[in-house]
Amino acid sequence: MIKIHVNGRDHELNDVPEDTPLLWVLRDHLGLTGTKYGCGMSECGACTVHVDGQAVQACVTSVGEIGTSKVTTIEGLSTDGSHPVQKAWKQHNVPQCGYCQVGQIMMAAAMLNENNDPSDEDIDTAMWNICRCGTYPRIRAAIKSAAQEMRKQ
Amino acid sequence: MSVPQTTRDFQSNGSSMFKSSVNRRNFLQLATSGSLVLLCKFSDGQEVIAQASAVDPQHFAPDLFVSIAPDGTVTCVAHRSEMGTGIRTGLPRVLADELEADWERVSIAQAPGDKRLGDQNTDGSNSIRFFFDRMREAGATARTLLEQAAAKTWGVPASECYADNHTVKHRGSDRSLGFGELVATAKTLDVPTKDQLKLKPRSQWRYIGKDVPIRDLDNIVAGRAIFGIDARMENQLFAVIARPPVVGGKVSSVDETAARAIPGVVDVVKIPGFEGAPNFQPLGGVAVLATSTWAAWQGRDALQIAWDLGPNATYDTDVFAQQLKETVNQPGKTLREVGQAVDVIAKSGKRVSADYAVPHLSHAPMETTCAVANVSTAADGRVTACHILTATQNPQAVQSAVGPALGMNPDDVLCNVTLLGSGFGRKSKPDYCVEAALLSRHAGRPVHVTWTREDDLQHDYYHAIAAIHCEAAVDRDGKPEAWLQRVAFPTIGSTFDARANTPAAWEAEMGHTDLPFDVPNLRLEVGEARSHIRTGWLRAVCHIQQNFAVSSFVDELAAAASRDPLEFWLELLGEDRQLDMQAAGLGNRGADPKDYPYDIGRLKNVLRRAAESANWSRREKMPNGKGLGIAGARSFLGYTGHVIEVDVAKDGTLTVENVWVALDSGTIVSPDRVRSQLEGASIMALTQAKYGKITFKNGRAQQTNYDSYRMVKMADTPRSIHVDIVDSQAAPAGVGETGIASFAPALCNAIFAATGKRIRSLPIADHDLSWT
Repeated sequence: MIKIHVNGRDHELNDVPEDTPLLWVLRDHLGLTGTKYGCGMSECGACTVHVDGQAVQACVTSVGEIGTSKVTTIEGLSTDGSHPVQKAWKQHNVPQCGYCQVGQIMMAAAMLNENNDPSDEDIDTAMWNICRCGTYPRIRAAIKSAAQEMRKQ
Repeated sequence: MSVPQTTRDFQSNGSSMFKSSVNRRNFLQLATSGSLVLLCKFSDGQEVIAQASAVDPQHFAPDLFVSIAPDGTVTCVAHRSEMGTGIRTGLPRVLADELEADWERVSIAQAPGDKRLGDQNTDGSNSIRFFFDRMREAGATARTLLEQAAAKTWGVPASECYADNHTVKHRGSDRSLGFGELVATAKTLDVPTKDQLKLKPRSQWRYIGKDVPIRDLDNIVAGRAIFGIDARMENQLFAVIARPPVVGGKVSSVDETAARAIPGVVDVVKIPGFEGAPNFQPLGGVAVLATSTWAAWQGRDALQIAWDLGPNATYDTDVFAQQLKETVNQPGKTLREVGQAVDVIAKSGKRVSADYAVPHLSHAPMETTCAVANVSTAADGRVTACHILTATQNPQAVQSAVGPALGMNPDDVLCNVTLLGSGFGRKSKPDYCVEAALLSRHAGRPVHVTWTREDDLQHDYYHAIAAIHCEAAVDRDGKPEAWLQRVAFPTIGSTFDARANTPAAWEAEMGHTDLPFDVPNLRLEVGEARSHIRTGWLRAVCHIQQNFAVSSFVDELAAAASRDPLEFWLELLGEDRQLDMQAAGLGNRGADPKDYPYDIGRLKNVLRRAAESANWSRREKMPNGKGLGIAGARSFLGYTGHVIEVDVAKDGTLTVENVWVALDSGTIVSPDRVRSQLEGASIMALTQAKYGKITFKNGRAQQTNYDSYRMVKMADTPRSIHVDIVDSQAAPAGVGETGIASFAPALCNAIFAATGKRIRSLPIADHDLSWT
């Protein structure tokens, strides 16, 4: 049996091998489908979650590696979409299809926790997620709005 | 007449679990009830969808697309698929506008596949064009009846009653009634015919042309939106499939021992390959069914399969590209001819010619193809019902592919549509839905098929590899007197007819035979090319290769004549006029040229506007390594002009600094979504031009994931993308695909301006751009 702490709750997993990627545990075993599959090899960032506040790609992180760390998924980032990053995403109408946006939001939120005044170069480096719809210009604008909001807090 | 509605919105309500309750008895009952039905329920106990009349007999539903509840809630049916364009919001906005509904009191229900709704193939940039008038008619029908109901209630002429923001008011008194209060009376009235409807004048449009957030925005940013990969049915298994590595291959033998030993694996099932042309049939192979996606994936990877690879196992794109180049340098089949181009070129003292090449591309939608199916069978094995929940661009194509595969009437296949994690054409090809249906029939329970990224890139319906030859005879001033152009690429038709081996007229009309230039002698030909893969349509389709070639060649002609490219474009396009589509034998995407002419003036206008925004005249003074490039196109009946500014470092590093795009697609419903489509199209076109390339060796795609099929990311996104939308009252044209065609040539023309290096084959990443 594996114990895992996700979004403030402890979960016990039976019959899940320790080398199962966290992504599939979240989606198929815990029913947290907000975290998305895109590549399975940490190339696209669609599966980004927070492990102890750090951005981590759930597709290449085995559930056994998590130990007692705290996992936060989009479902736990806020209960009502009120995180400054989520608000900025709405303000700029960032999403097109929306599929990659959860990973983008989790990546941006983790970056802004470390650095609430990112330069364009900081954003280029931190935000390596893929968006096939091409929402990058609005993501950049939304991150700057969210950063401004977070600096006020 | 009242057509009841039972479509329910489940796309973004945060509950993805359905208890599929299909059985033959209730299915037949519902199928004959004349209603749009959804036979499933939420696992959290929310309302079961049952027969329409049983659910809401009190609703006023004068049209398939709209119903109004006694509490005043207006429900609009969204029958096109949402994959990022905003259409699930856009078309209901048109209806709500004409109805005079308060947008805050409008709910949106996603329709299942149902041919009574008309075309549901969300593809070809057609949604607004096909359904703008239809939505207005639906809204006007309901509004007219509500006005008549108020007139009847008050005993006044209907001409004195008018709808205004969810109420009907009386002119000349202060009486008013809410929409909900009028439902009971409106239900008793005869539905007006189309010619009895009076549509609102443009000056009174409330929502058309105004921005509003897409309906799914809150759920998307909260992670609650339901895509195909998230679709769940109670008791479902998860499947991952090993498909033949070469199209047309078959399983010779399979050892499933190791796969079955994986914890969670429930079954291993062979799927037969297709016969004849690929169509939307499964590729075949071996599926592993398990209790989780990961177990199924592990099981799939543990299969030991010997393949009979079949006749396509020798396909090699290096060899094929060479063959295509040879083909376009020989006479082909003429599709359009004016004057004597071949003779004029043969006799000309001054010729310019160039060969262009574009490789295969893959759709690579962010969400891979996924579907869950629940197939019920009788004791004798006969299929009695099938319910599919999937990210599809075309639920009717799902019905017509799954029906025959299960021996069912296609109309009896119930296909509900989730949100799509983008599509780009891939998800209008429902082979993955047939896989899910066949596996569910075998398993006797719901089965969810997930394609891995590797499956996606290695088994796509690829965009065709192409060669284009352009040749012109020019006069003393460098103006073309004759233009000969030949294209060769495997036709999309080959996916449906194994004998098809020449580009079809409709494919050639995307940037090749619809050549708009004022040149007295033209010859436009196509050459033969067999397909060795599944050839499909990808956003912008043949404009990708044909406009790249044509608009690069214009720049080459301008350079050969030492002319400013913008001035050269405008001169080559000639006088403002409309092309005679009939004389040229052009299909115009099925649109009447009276509504959708090929208007040279509009094309020149977007070129001028893009150039003006970019401050084009500064190109003269730009230093080495910096450049502006320009290109224009008419695609999907809309017009674009792109100007792109690049910086090429001495070491060859390419930076796309700024993009200016002007669009004229006539009447615009959702300006911000149109801007976002144009921004996104520029970035997608940059990915294709800079990195896009799928190669085949021994019949197998060599790219497996985003590490080898590279995408533009934030760091190589242009610093700014300026979108300029022409304010127009013309009929609404395409948008979704329209922004692609002029990007790649404008980019390569900019690289030429910066470095003197002419890119004639894509992707750009294959070329050394360094300079001294």
